[in-house]
Amino acid sequence: MGASEYSVVAEGLRKRYGDKVALDGLDLAVRRGTVLGLLGPNGAGKTTSVRILSTLLRADGGRAEVAGVDVRAEPARVRRRIGLTGQNAAVDEILNARQNLRMFGRLFHLDHATAARRAEELLEQFSLSEAADQQVKGFSGGMRRRLDLAASMILAPQVLFLDEPTTGLDPRGRSEVWNAVRSLAAGGTTVLLTTHYLDEADQLSDRIALIDQGRNITEDTPAGLKRAVGGDRLEVVLSDPVDLPQTVKTMARVTRGVGPERDEEALRVHTPVADGVAALTAVVRELEERGIAVVDIGLRRPTLDEVFLRLTGGERAPAGSEADATTAPPHGDRTAPAQETTAPLDEETIR
Amino acid sequence: MSTTVPGQQHRPPLDFDDTGPERRLYWAVTDCLTIVRRELTHLVRQPSMIAWQLGFPIVSVLLFVYVFGSAMDVGDGADYKSFAMPGLFAMTMAFGFMNTAMAVVIEKERGITDRFRSMPMAPSAVVAGRGVSDVIQASFDLLVMAVIALVIGWRSDGGPWATLGAFGLLLLLRFALIWIGVFLGLITPNQEVAGNLFAVAFPFGMVSSVFTPPSMMPDWLGAIAMWNPVSSTANAIRDLFGNPLPTGDSWIEQNALLMAVVWPLVITAVFVPLAVRRYQGLGR
Repeated sequence: MGASEYSVVAEGLRKRYGDKVALDGLDLAVRRGTVLGLLGPNGAGKTTSVRILSTLLRADGGRAEVAGVDVRAEPARVRRRIGLTGQNAAVDEILNARQNLRMFGRLFHLDHATAARRAEELLEQFSLSEAADQQVKGFSGGMRRRLDLAASMILAPQVLFLDEPTTGLDPRGRSEVWNAVRSLAAGGTTVLLTTHYLDEADQLSDRIALIDQGRNITEDTPAGLKRAVGGDRLEVVLSDPVDLPQTVKTMARVTRGVGPERDEEALRVHTPVADGVAALTAVVRELEERGIAVVDIGLRRPTLDEVFLRLTGGERAPAGSEADATTAPPHGDRTAPAQETTAPLDEETIR
Repeated sequence: MSTTVPGQQHRPPLDFDDTGPERRLYWAVTDCLTIVRRELTHLVRQPSMIAWQLGFPIVSVLLFVYVFGSAMDVGDGADYKSFAMPGLFAMTMAFGFMNTAMAVVIEKERGITDRFRSMPMAPSAVVAGRGVSDVIQASFDLLVMAVIALVIGWRSDGGPWATLGAFGLLLLLRFALIWIGVFLGLITPNQEVAGNLFAVAFPFGMVSSVFTPPSMMPDWLGAIAMWNPVSSTANAIRDLFGNPLPTGDSWIEQNALLMAVVWPLVITAVFVPLAVRRYQGLGR
């Protein structure tokens, strides 16, 4: 392992399937004990990266080291230092939770006694003790995933790979899995997780690597990434065009920002905000006091689509929608510069 | 969520040695047994699986022995029941490859194959474990079939050794077909497609000497049926059981016993490398 402070290092990974390029020189580095969120749309190369790093797939080119061991040269040693939770909860449906963990423990080459002891610890750790004797077939999605995570943690691996760990889960299952991942990360496990939810990457990661078409787009902290894409926006839709100027003024005052943008046809006013909830509350109160009728008001987070548009499209369109750029007449007071002067976001409020 | 911190609590020894040649053999066998144990637990936990898998052979017994049986004349005044039962044993084994293929597809689809491949377990154990447990399950299938056969009046007139030998040949056929099953399971994308394997299995089981002697079929079909490995096994065990064996003069039918050994060996020799290459191909 040497003195490396990185638990996962990948340089110039390449992989193609037939004439389809999956990875086109991807670089990754995950600092020991941190969580890296690998974020990208479907087909970006997320799963391919995880499969290569977890020894399931051979790269066509490039180099990767996991827990200080070369993935291509010594896959067997890598396998003893990693845990993998793939897109499906890969647990045995017919066995019960305890039997699953004992079986996997044996297959991780623990002796019977150690496998049994480890199973009990993990059942406890992942809050599955009460369901230990139930057939997995009857488990909820969240429980299945937690069992899946527990099975990945049998050797308390240095590195844990999670490939879209919450896809297909209901909100409750999702939060169960998030909590489990957080507690693992808190315990010092290095985690590389893939997701196509901006929200999930934001919730769990120390850093987010954005990839598309098998290439790195950017890498940053969640806060930094949000800053780059403009963060939250407060949006108000009015019922009467007469209220437009008043609303713009109110919002500018509350957010202490530069002139909010307006879409006169849609009767919409929107502006970037640092502390979304506080701004929302304040604007609602003020508009109410002035008797301005509001059809809709809310906070808009940038979607993954918008992040990509912003970071890959080259064109730094204002954070509203594409409609603004095409339908609104060009007014000098509310174009690009507004973005540049947006107050820096307070990291604490975002995390 | 509990507040225990993984990695700081009891941590199993990470660098214990399981890599020396002796240790490696030990773990290859142990891993295989762990997989076998898992498969057997499945059987115990869902006995309905066996009922499912035996459904078709049992319906066939009723259909062929009782519905069509009275109209069946296989020549020499032979009792049709005694002719058909060994055929049904062979057919049950022949259809077994579908169970293997289906199991392999399900494991692949659910990500369990990937989990195993990402673990330090012996790579051979997954396939070896499947092979051993499938043969155990096939033995159980045969036992059920034999009891049914005895109940409806089938008897082996061969000695105990010949009778055991016949069941051995049946399991040998099943063993060989495991590799076809693994191969098909690995190249089949999902369970829905795997369901279509029945279209392959049906003619493979039926165009044979299982229900009628190939000599009674049109020449071209009879030739195919004679050379079907299922026919060789069916005829060989008829011989060993001392059941009626109306065969023609063709070489393949005269050498059924030999071919009941050769065919499975050939199938194994062809499909083990194909299956292994496919399995390794998962990593490409």
